[in-house]
Amino acid sequence: MHELSIAMSIVEMAEEECSARGYTQIRAVHLRLGLLSGVVKEALLSSYDMVCKSTLLEGSQLLIEEVPVEILCPKCEVPRRVPSIQWMCCPECGTATAQVVQGKELELVALEISE
Amino acid sequence: MSTEPRLVTVRKNVLKQNDVIARALREQFHQSGVFVVSLVSSPGSGKTALLEKMLTLLATRSRVAALVGDLATENDAARLARSRVPVKQIITGTVCHLEAAMVKNALDGWNVGPLEFLFIENVGNLVCPSSYDLGENLRLILLSVTEGEDKPLKYPTIFNSADLAVVTKMDLLHAADFHEEVAVANINAVRPGMPIWKVSAKTGEGIADLLEFLKSQRSCTQVRAAV
Repeated sequence: MHELSIAMSIVEMAEEECSARGYTQIRAVHLRLGLLSGVVKEALLSSYDMVCKSTLLEGSQLLIEEVPVEILCPKCEVPRRVPSIQWMCCPECGTATAQVVQGKELELVALEISE
Repeated sequence: MSTEPRLVTVRKNVLKQNDVIARALREQFHQSGVFVVSLVSSPGSGKTALLEKMLTLLATRSRVAALVGDLATENDAARLARSRVPVKQIITGTVCHLEAAMVKNALDGWNVGPLEFLFIENVGNLVCPSSYDLGENLRLILLSVTEGEDKPLKYPTIFNSADLAVVTKMDLLHAADFHEEVAVANINAVRPGMPIWKVSAKTGEGIADLLEFLKSQRSCTQVRAAV
């Protein structure tokens, strides 16, 4: 259950970014979460509520955009979305590849902040 | 009085702090010529048994050391100390995985001299360690025959994050009714092209070959660095 420490990192980063801009309240955090990031959305959401208490993020929302996994198909030479993370291959030609080009993200994209 | 919220772009990796430390470690390892191999698996897959065997065999010709992560005990370090190579335990407390900073802290002030190989045994866990880069050259994932062939399909993320799969406890293959070809197909489905080695720490089967492979990987890294 490493989502708790990830949630703490999010809060820490968000507070830093917010204070650096001279704001005092964070209303929402926008996060991109890859399906291969190793982080479970539901566990992160419940951890988030817990660690936001008594911070600039208290009462804020964590808005998660889930990022599907894409590989670069060596045969088609274009990025393709994999059928599932249990089956890392091109959905068009079936070529298997480990070259992941998207889906490992754990990125703090933006903050909704106010004074 | 609160104002209308404003949207500000940040675009930062949440694990940036870990990644920065991992990158610095990787550079440090590279500069000192040490090849770093980490081991991940579920609890009880035989990481410590494999490591004990590998350290003992490697120590006759190479300078090796190991860091071992555990939640609460120093039992693994005590077992590995039998191989007579420098071993240090990282007790993570309640943390279910190793992070780059823990590796850095363990290495700081640990005077082991120049090394050819450093092994890092992660906490037994197939979920959390997948997100944390430790600065290693190779991540080895273990799958023991007693766990069943479908482990890779149940934990695709960590199998995907690894560079090399090692099927352990091959001496129990028949007793466990383990179907090698199914396991290999499952590993290939989640991480196509990953090299797979089959070993038994008990009988020694496959371990010399695995070590030869690690040595060749170390040489390749050095050749790449020299070019």
